[in-house]
Amino acid sequence: MLKRAKIWGPGVLLLAPTMILVGVFVYWLIIENFRVSLTNQHTAKPSNKYVGFENYTNLLADPNFQHSLWNLLILTIVFLGGTLIFGFLWAWILEQPAKGEGFFRSVYLFPMSVSFIASGVVWRWLLSSLQTSQPGGERTTGLNRLLDSVGLGAFQNDWWSNPTWGIAAIAVPAVWQLSGYVMALFLAGFRGIPDELREAARIDGCTEWKLYRHVIFPQLSPVMLSAVIIIGHMSLKLFDLIRAIVPDANTYDVQVPATMMWVKYIGSDYADAAAIGTILLVLVAFVVIPYLWYTSRAEKR
Amino acid sequence: MRRRLSLLAGVAALGLTLAACGGGGDTPSDNANPSDATGKVGVFTWWADGSEKAGLDALVGVFNKDFPNLTFDNLAVAGGAGSQAKSVLAAQLKAGNPPDSFQAHAGAELQDYIDADQLEDLSGFYKDNDLTSQFPKDLIDRLTVDGKIYSVPSNIHRANVVWANVDVLKKAGVDPEKPATDLAGWFADMDKVKASGKIPLAVAGSWTQVQLFENILLSSLGSDGYNGLWDGKTDWKSAEVTTAIQAYEKALSYTNTDRDSLSDWAPATQLVEDGAAAYNVMGDWAEAKFEQDKKKSGVDYTYFATPGTAGVFDFLADSFTLPKGAPNPAGSKAWLKTISSAEGQTAFNKVKGSIPANTTAKTDDFSEYQKSAIKDFSQDKIVSSLAHGAAVPVAWLNDLSTAVSKFGGDKNVDSLQTSAAAIAAKFAK
Repeated sequence: MLKRAKIWGPGVLLLAPTMILVGVFVYWLIIENFRVSLTNQHTAKPSNKYVGFENYTNLLADPNFQHSLWNLLILTIVFLGGTLIFGFLWAWILEQPAKGEGFFRSVYLFPMSVSFIASGVVWRWLLSSLQTSQPGGERTTGLNRLLDSVGLGAFQNDWWSNPTWGIAAIAVPAVWQLSGYVMALFLAGFRGIPDELREAARIDGCTEWKLYRHVIFPQLSPVMLSAVIIIGHMSLKLFDLIRAIVPDANTYDVQVPATMMWVKYIGSDYADAAAIGTILLVLVAFVVIPYLWYTSRAEKR
Repeated sequence: MRRRLSLLAGVAALGLTLAACGGGGDTPSDNANPSDATGKVGVFTWWADGSEKAGLDALVGVFNKDFPNLTFDNLAVAGGAGSQAKSVLAAQLKAGNPPDSFQAHAGAELQDYIDADQLEDLSGFYKDNDLTSQFPKDLIDRLTVDGKIYSVPSNIHRANVVWANVDVLKKAGVDPEKPATDLAGWFADMDKVKASGKIPLAVAGSWTQVQLFENILLSSLGSDGYNGLWDGKTDWKSAEVTTAIQAYEKALSYTNTDRDSLSDWAPATQLVEDGAAAYNVMGDWAEAKFEQDKKKSGVDYTYFATPGTAGVFDFLADSFTLPKGAPNPAGSKAWLKTISSAEGQTAFNKVKGSIPANTTAKTDDFSEYQKSAIKDFSQDKIVSSLAHGAAVPVAWLNDLSTAVSKFGGDKNVDSLQTSAAAIAAKFAK
């Protein structure tokens, strides 16, 4: 017995602090959050009455929450699509034998090192909704001013102040910031494909398109999956960027569950805030768990 | 190193026991005597910069003179008209770790703290210091909950004031000396401004839109109709409210299109100051901004009660509390004593641009605007501001703000009216 403890003892001792901290500050808090979401703690006045899943059904029936979920869907589609397209394009260009690869790689990768809060402050200015044709248009700044001065004034728009598509404008800075990261992933994927395979395909009479279609794309699909998972779960949790660009958290046009949770929390509606938190956790789990399962199975093999 | 560690551990342990004592909530704070108080007094506010910080500093100056044995500990948290501070405060109160005193808007916003049993009853304090006779009765009524008073007001602001650029009005052919007396006349003036190529009405993000909404409701429904919205006497589904929301829609059509991207009230007021816009509906803290920027009243800018609300004072007030389990209750009372005193209120309000809540405070050297506001407050009908937590609790205000923010996009009168009615039904007692 003692001998056994000697073998696994040091390991457990080493892991214990992490396990305790993660256990308390992650898992216990998740459970606590879930518990609060099942109570009627809707005001600052302490109340602990168990109401089952009432908060969840009320939230899902609430048009404001449905609107925030719809916004989240648009945000995720634009964010994912944008980063994948730009990331792949840049990786493909850099993969061609040309000079200055290292330089451009850094240029594309740099935006990722800026925090969302810092870039959000700049993008708030860039995405200013004022247009030159509107009253007070002489104060127009940011992208609208830029478009006007290069003769593309017709493309000016109200960016995130648009009631329907405003949230897609929030994805623009997010795409700018994370495309470089997806590029790095794809670039690694490209490098992982041995030259022999391409040469063999060419010798067999493959056209360039067929080479990509049948040889390169299939080998990039695991990279693509990682990119989708990473960007997807970032998009679901996106909060700081919206908070930095949009001055008031309670702005309906760009409300997503994460910002709505904050608004509820500020208004002391702890039960609803906790319920939104749980819904977000479940959404993220839908994205991450299949991926974890897939990778662990791949590793076993 | 080891010594230092054990010292740290000792301090931590001491802190824990102190917190445990404080957390009990059974401190006999009613017996605490401010004149014997020593040590530190931690005061939590969101007055972190600008005229607000200057006002707080002036108040601390008086406090240090009144109570030389006490040290003032500034626990101010900046940002978001207090929304950031309120979340920090909520966390501290929940953890049973309150400051010695904290700032809260007087009125319904206090209700949350009272419901959560986080405030001490200050009725005794009012009696001991003979304050009931020094504060206006209207104000005391609004602070009293079930016969008890839980906070000491430091200053009063007015939320139904229009600030206008004299130059812009003159160029548009509007007489700045004779403001419109109702909404229809005001909209006609705005049409003239619009024709002259300027923005008629400047507004910023969500909460300033709520304040504009509140002003239009007040103007359209009158003070009784407006008050009724919060106590259930006015039906949100009535035709009068529909008219009021339509007037708000019209008012919004005169505003700057980039309203949501303006970060706070100041950029919108700045548009008026710079001559880009004619009018801005804002609380009278705007006065401090015009003054700071060395603008002259009557020459560069002018002000008047929002058309249709003359004779009504849409009030909000900051106040200070004694939280349950405050570490230094005697010190808290000393702080509250300074705030409620005539000297404290004079020093603070002169700098902050608001008017003293204490009617015995000396106001001879206050600005022209402040003097007019003091006069109005003494004779006008008082109503509570919606946007600043005086009329309804925070949760109600939050939901209504979402609906108003949504209206800025879809301009759907029917949907705003239905959701406002549903929200009122949810929160009304």
